[in-house]
Amino acid sequence: MNRFILPLGIFALLALVLAIGIKHSPEKGTIASPLIGKAAPQFTLPVLTDSSRTFRSADLKGRWYVFNVWGTWCGGCREEHSALLEIRKMTQVPLIGMDWKDEDPQALQWLTELGNPYEVVAADREGRIAIDWGVYGAPETFLVDPEGIVVYKFIGPMTVEAWQTKFVPRLPPQLAAKS
Amino acid sequence: MRPFALVAVLAGVLVASGPAYAVDPTEMPTPELQQRYHVLTHELRCMQCQNEAIADSPVSLAADLRRQVQEMLIAGKSDDDVRNYMVARYGDFILFRPRVSTRTLWLWLAPGVLLLIGAAVAVRVTKQRAALVDQDKEPVEEDARSS
Repeated sequence: MNRFILPLGIFALLALVLAIGIKHSPEKGTIASPLIGKAAPQFTLPVLTDSSRTFRSADLKGRWYVFNVWGTWCGGCREEHSALLEIRKMTQVPLIGMDWKDEDPQALQWLTELGNPYEVVAADREGRIAIDWGVYGAPETFLVDPEGIVVYKFIGPMTVEAWQTKFVPRLPPQLAAKS
Repeated sequence: MRPFALVAVLAGVLVASGPAYAVDPTEMPTPELQQRYHVLTHELRCMQCQNEAIADSPVSLAADLRRQVQEMLIAGKSDDDVRNYMVARYGDFILFRPRVSTRTLWLWLAPGVLLLIGAAVAVRVTKQRAALVDQDKEPVEEDARSS
């Protein structure tokens, strides 16, 4: 009987380690961003809706904002779009969009057809700024605080529920809601 | 007929395997850079497909990351500069060979520890077996037949 104690002990230990591992990966399949708690990447990009203008991320300093990376080629982005329009109505925090590796005419048509929830949309046609943000699959949505620190990253299609459970608790209450 | 069929099959294989090496046609200015580019693009993970290196992946993000590696190498950055750049944006996960850190130490030590445990068990079992044979007065064959 004695000779079973050691293997059984090892098995129990292994099961415990694996159980902890599974418990501690709450969002399976997504990869934690090393950007959390760090300064959001600074960038200057053309404005999608007005190619004569450029958008500088430095202009957002002092404000909370939600940074949403999308593209018309991305199925999840179509899925989340109505939620973004919904969220836009619920909060004062501006939605800043970044159109990732897209064709401008298609992106503009998308906004005309589906509605535009964004305060401004920057066009990252070459995908260089997306790399700085560590984007690996649209849609991805970041929350950035007034000091320009990335507070949170949400991977996958946004939902009103995700907004209420993941974003609102991280925001000052008076800002989270519409004034 | 036979040779024709053979040629047809070979041609088919050639056509089908085309995309496999056409994923990354990048050519670096010197053989030394080409070699470093080759190594780096094979040790960086395609975050979208996750089990492929950016060198082997046809997705657009992998192409963007290859372009980044190419540009950084041509600009004179070191291999570690490139690795650090990628890790700062995508995390340790982008490296197929995780770096040794306090977080990944157990990952690096585990195979050695497991090997030691396995060796200890093997030694013990072998010794026990040897002891059994020593005690046994009957020939080994005899023993095998009767059991």
